Amino acid sequence: MSGTFTKSMARNIFYGGTVFFALLFLALTFDSMQAIPKRDNRANLTPSVIAGKKVWEVNNCIGCHTLMGEGAYFAPELGNVYKRRGPEFIKAWIQSQPTGAPGRRQMPNFHLTEQQLNDLVEFLKYSSEINTANWPPNIEG
Amino acid sequence: MQYSSQAVAKPYFIAAIGLFTGQVLFGLIMGLQYVIGDFLFPAIPFNVARMVHTNLLIVWLLFGFMGAAYYMIPEETETELYSPKLALLMFWVFLVAGAATILGYLLVPYATLAKFTGNDILETMGREFLEQPLLTKIGIVVVALVFLFNLTMTMLKGRKTSISLVLMIGLWGLAVFFLFSFYNPHNLVLDKYFWWWVVHLWVEGVWELILGSLLAFVLIKVTGVDREVIEKWLYVIITMTLVTGIIGTGHHYFWIGTPEYWQWWGSVFSALEPIPFFAMTVFAFNMVNRRRREHPNKAATLWALGTGVMSFLGAGVWGFLHTLAPVNYYTHGTQITAAHGHMAFYGAYAMVVLCIISYAMPILRGRAANSEKAQVLEMWSFWLMTIAMVFITLFLTAAGILQVWLQRYSSTPIPFMAAQEQVEIFYWLREGAGVMFLIGLLIYITSFFVSGETKAKAA
Repeated sequence: MSGTFTKSMARNIFYGGTVFFALLFLALTFDSMQAIPKRDNRANLTPSVIAGKKVWEVNNCIGCHTLMGEGAYFAPELGNVYKRRGPEFIKAWIQSQPTGAPGRRQMPNFHLTEQQLNDLVEFLKYSSEINTANWPPNIEG
Repeated sequence: MQYSSQAVAKPYFIAAIGLFTGQVLFGLIMGLQYVIGDFLFPAIPFNVARMVHTNLLIVWLLFGFMGAAYYMIPEETETELYSPKLALLMFWVFLVAGAATILGYLLVPYATLAKFTGNDILETMGREFLEQPLLTKIGIVVVALVFLFNLTMTMLKGRKTSISLVLMIGLWGLAVFFLFSFYNPHNLVLDKYFWWWVVHLWVEGVWELILGSLLAFVLIKVTGVDREVIEKWLYVIITMTLVTGIIGTGHHYFWIGTPEYWQWWGSVFSALEPIPFFAMTVFAFNMVNRRRREHPNKAATLWALGTGVMSFLGAGVWGFLHTLAPVNYYTHGTQITAAHGHMAFYGAYAMVVLCIISYAMPILRGRAANSEKAQVLEMWSFWLMTIAMVFITLFLTAAGILQVWLQRYSSTPIPFMAAQEQVEIFYWLREGAGVMFLIGLLIYITSFFVSGETKAKAA
């Protein structure tokens, strides 16, 4: 950096640049908020889905699985599991855990009620219908 | 040390190292669970181990940042801390709250923990990295506000340097963006959108300001290069950080139900995010080459150079590797992400905290630098941990590439678990590298207890 470029110039560029790009980000966020209702499947955000999201959260499902690619990478993607396995398989699977197969990765049994299982499935159905720009690349997630 | 109130940094640093050790131990447990799936099941299921691993990381880095700030701010502002007592009180509050939270994860089923800590009042739990119970989250806010109050009051009565100003902007930003952890809308797309305002705007935003100021502070001390030069560099680096990093948030908005123009915004701006990290590497080497003194603390200089290089590799190169939308379409949420996460956090944040500890701890213990013997040991630990992390990253990257091919790219995609079995060898190798990391960490801890002839007392 040459001698003509002073610290106070650098500081001013920092403040100016930060404010400009922060405002640009806010503008893009504002625009996204206008566009998201067409993509986020909010019409199907039923009380059951909302209850299902809570079941998902309080059992820390994200600690092993990904949902739309975000979470832990220890167990399968569940954003599209509704389409991959269907509701009955999902419920039976959760209820039959842990498999106890020696050496295999184990999922705990969370002792969910029938109601909670149904809500969770509804949440996974809702999630699978969000417009994710064709992600994941195939049904395996 | 120059100001007696700087001494409050010491317990913060000790706690940071202790929690770091816990983080690594749980990392090894998880690494083993990747290949021996039922290891420690059902005592410690993977999701619990992961929560402990990532939350300990966040907490020990926060301890490190706070210790660093308590050490740096008095020296930068040339005045005693506003209230050392408050700083010590907050240390215990944070330590007890942190320990209680980790014990809660380990001893109580997560759903029960949620029920008894007020999650029904305000649902904030069960989201990656923000798993803390509501009470803990409130505790974090209280500790952060008291901490910021203490430092801001100190700054108001003293000299205002650019390094301390940048540090304070970073720390205030950290506290402000954490408030988004209390916002958890039912709508999953909005939930994810604003979840990133904590996670991304922390690690690819305001935390980099903290990183930059810590590094700049240590570089001034160990090289003796003119403050004007170093602070100018600091401003240039953090300008590039925020100019690229704020819109760079868009690289998380590719596949979560957000408009598709984010694929352009996110790809272009996040592709520029390596630039500030590269500048940081050049900065560190440049300043050390232009040094005006031979500081006796060689280990601290090594950490400073190391954090420059490793943050560029981990955050910059490994970030770029999968940040372009067409690539990310295949790599999103695979072991590639894990590889990047490990090296980026170690290179950028773990190393800079270890750097400031390396510089400050001898002074807090009444000497300018540790004995030759202790420093050699510390430098051994530097190389062991750093090389181990390089291998962890390489093995996870290999696992990730194979996973992408088997599960997502080939013409006959196979299920997740089938793909995991195919890449098992790389998980074993990663676990081996993890053991090497632990050995490095144990040597690091040992270096604090090695005596020998110490250098002259600090001024």
